[in-house]
Amino acid sequence: MQELQEREESRIGIYVCHCGSNIGGVVDCEGVAAYGQTLPDVIVSRHEGYLCSEPGQNQIKTDIQEQRLNRIVVASCSPRLHEPTFRKCLAEAGLNPYLLEMANLREQCSWVHSHDPEGATQKSKDLVRSAVARARWLAGREEMEVPIEPATLVIGGGVAGIQAALDLADSGYRVILVEKQPSIGGIMAWLDKTFPTMDCSI
Amino acid sequence: MADAGRHPNITLLTQSEIKSVSGYVGNFQVQILKKARYVKEDQCTACGDCVQVCPVLVPNEFNMGLSSRRAIYQPFPQAIPSAYVMDINNCLGYDPVVCGKCIEKCKKKCIDFNMNDQELTFKVGTIIVATGMEVYDPTEMDEYGYTRYENVLTSPEFERLINAGGPTQGQVLRLTDRKPPKSVAFIQCVGSRSQRRGEPYCSNICCMNTVKSTLMLKDHDPDLDVKVFYIDMRAFGKGFEDLFRRSKGMGVRYIRGLPGSIQEDPKSKDLILTVEDTATNQLEKHRAEMVVLAVGVKPPQDMKTIQEMLALQKNSDGFYLEAHPKLQPVDSATRGIFFAGCAEGPKDIKDAVTQASAAVARAVRLMNPKRLRVEAITAEVVAEDCTSCGICAKVCPFRAITVDTRAKTPARVTVAACSGCGTCAAECPSNAIMMHHFTDGQIEAQIDAILEQDPLQRILVFACNWCSYAGADFAGVSRLQYPPNARLIRTMCSGRVSEKFVWRAFEKGSPVVLVSGCHIGDCHYLNANHWTERRVKRMQKKMEKMGLRAERLQLEWISAAEGLRFKEVMEKMERLRQSVTEQEVTETKRILIDRSAVPEQEVQ
Repeated sequence: MQELQEREESRIGIYVCHCGSNIGGVVDCEGVAAYGQTLPDVIVSRHEGYLCSEPGQNQIKTDIQEQRLNRIVVASCSPRLHEPTFRKCLAEAGLNPYLLEMANLREQCSWVHSHDPEGATQKSKDLVRSAVARARWLAGREEMEVPIEPATLVIGGGVAGIQAALDLADSGYRVILVEKQPSIGGIMAWLDKTFPTMDCSI
Repeated sequence: MADAGRHPNITLLTQSEIKSVSGYVGNFQVQILKKARYVKEDQCTACGDCVQVCPVLVPNEFNMGLSSRRAIYQPFPQAIPSAYVMDINNCLGYDPVVCGKCIEKCKKKCIDFNMNDQELTFKVGTIIVATGMEVYDPTEMDEYGYTRYENVLTSPEFERLINAGGPTQGQVLRLTDRKPPKSVAFIQCVGSRSQRRGEPYCSNICCMNTVKSTLMLKDHDPDLDVKVFYIDMRAFGKGFEDLFRRSKGMGVRYIRGLPGSIQEDPKSKDLILTVEDTATNQLEKHRAEMVVLAVGVKPPQDMKTIQEMLALQKNSDGFYLEAHPKLQPVDSATRGIFFAGCAEGPKDIKDAVTQASAAVARAVRLMNPKRLRVEAITAEVVAEDCTSCGICAKVCPFRAITVDTRAKTPARVTVAACSGCGTCAAECPSNAIMMHHFTDGQIEAQIDAILEQDPLQRILVFACNWCSYAGADFAGVSRLQYPPNARLIRTMCSGRVSEKFVWRAFEKGSPVVLVSGCHIGDCHYLNANHWTERRVKRMQKKMEKMGLRAERLQLEWISAAEGLRFKEVMEKMERLRQSVTEQEVTETKRILIDRSAVPEQEVQ
């Protein structure tokens, strides 16, 4: 449908992370990288000790610039952990951060199939193949900016809610502090002395 | 506390509840119900004249019923706001024939029985959830006799007794004879660390709270006999071990073992505790004139209302789940919403205050730039393909799509309101919605790539980013082992999983397909997973009609905290996969390639 518009030629870089021994101790990372090299549109396919480290990220940036890569596949941990890290890395190399795809070799392979290195490696290759297939279809995205209301709703007027409200208010933000009881204070107001310093609660 | 009441930037709303929250980070609309106080907050000087004439006497809930109060009252001396409050359910009324004495007495005319509940609306950029905790009710642990013996108290009740502002002005007295006890026993872990009754987790604060109480008792009377019965004493924080040592140094006896039962001496009302000291393996009997149950901490009962309103998730303990246990400990998975205090788990005052300041720093980090980058993963309508049927507008949980079905103008997406679940794209019968970053082309390319080799060995899993994919991550972090056949395709929401993705997977030889998402009520996109459920059921019916085994398509709800459940589902899927033969897959392909066998997607 609408997507079948002309696409630029994909130049994909694959980066397989050992994560020390977290991935490399189970998955044959070198084998996965070598397999990645055989996939269509893949220009470089490397494996590194720690991709999230500065040298790791610098390698990606250098390749983007020198090899004119326009899609990046990072095969490491969960995107829920390091997607922001690698998106930033792409942006710093001048590539739209949405041209990144991650394959989750740690949470989904090495950590959960630790006693089955072969199965974990096969799964890693499949996940990399799937990521490369998706990467070919990726398009850059721009994040829109909207104004933000400089006010905070704090739900609950116990010691945490009171502290939050005061810190915000002192920083110049408007605060709506909502408490269901007739007074703020919460559980803290019950207490006379508090540990470990034995001072008063209120 | 007083500062919070008079800070010019703080609008303090007590006796108030959140009715609804809509919108998105940066622009939340909040509706609040403020119940009538019947006393003018800004005019009452808390002189107390009204209290003196009020004829009604009810138990004082702030003192756990250990004292009484009037129908017009101040919750406690340092209350904020300091204005009195009318307990309208117990007040006799303003009719001068019946009562109305307080109105007469109040010189400033602050009491107003015509006051109404107010509905207030606010616009805020961020939300901090600090809904706190409740304490465990030990009634079910009948062996401790909390409901039978007056001299058995809970720790909050003891706290009120020893509090200078409490019902006895800080004098610890037995309830039966109003005399100071000569011996006090504390029982730890009441309602905590039990798989049987109460909660399985450690409540975090009870050990140190008891240590503190023993020191206060010894301060009052150094000769008092104080014993603490415990499983483990957890004095892990800064300054805690010192305090624990001080308590032992003052002669408090710590005995490892929880009493099996408490009996009351009917004459003296003393309590006899039977306990196995696990350090000496001796069965012992101890006499105490007062017993304090160190009750555990629980999530508050009304947490669910806020949870559903803000689309938050809970962990297995029942407290709110943070976005990441170490790296984002005060963020919720919903952008712009943060946790402070016991809402996220049991904690002491210092940790609650620390977390509150951390939550503020995270909120300020969003608000300080004054402008906010919003979600780039949004839907877009391809106008020329749109038939203006209106389905997308109907299924959008955020009402971000408008379409005039009569005028037949193409649907439009309000980008700032779109959260990117993709339900509209999945339900559009004309393929007219492009879900950016999770396009049909991208997802289909993944399906094809996964099933390119050995499809019979593969389990294709669609997992939503917030719950089931996070559940898989949690299984990983917990090192839970499961069969290596599953291949996950991540979507932001299970609502994105179109029928055509599932058909394509079966067509490419997938033996089984799993669609997984957040539990109903926990969906990050409000109710988008309702549509997932309907869609999967619809597909299963179609499969039956086509002569395919409907169980080959499974739907499972797995939360971010359910790593174990993820593993179990993977094992179940593997058993299911093994039940599918090559012949069955070939037959499925034949049926599906003959597309006329697939009924057109019915408009709901």
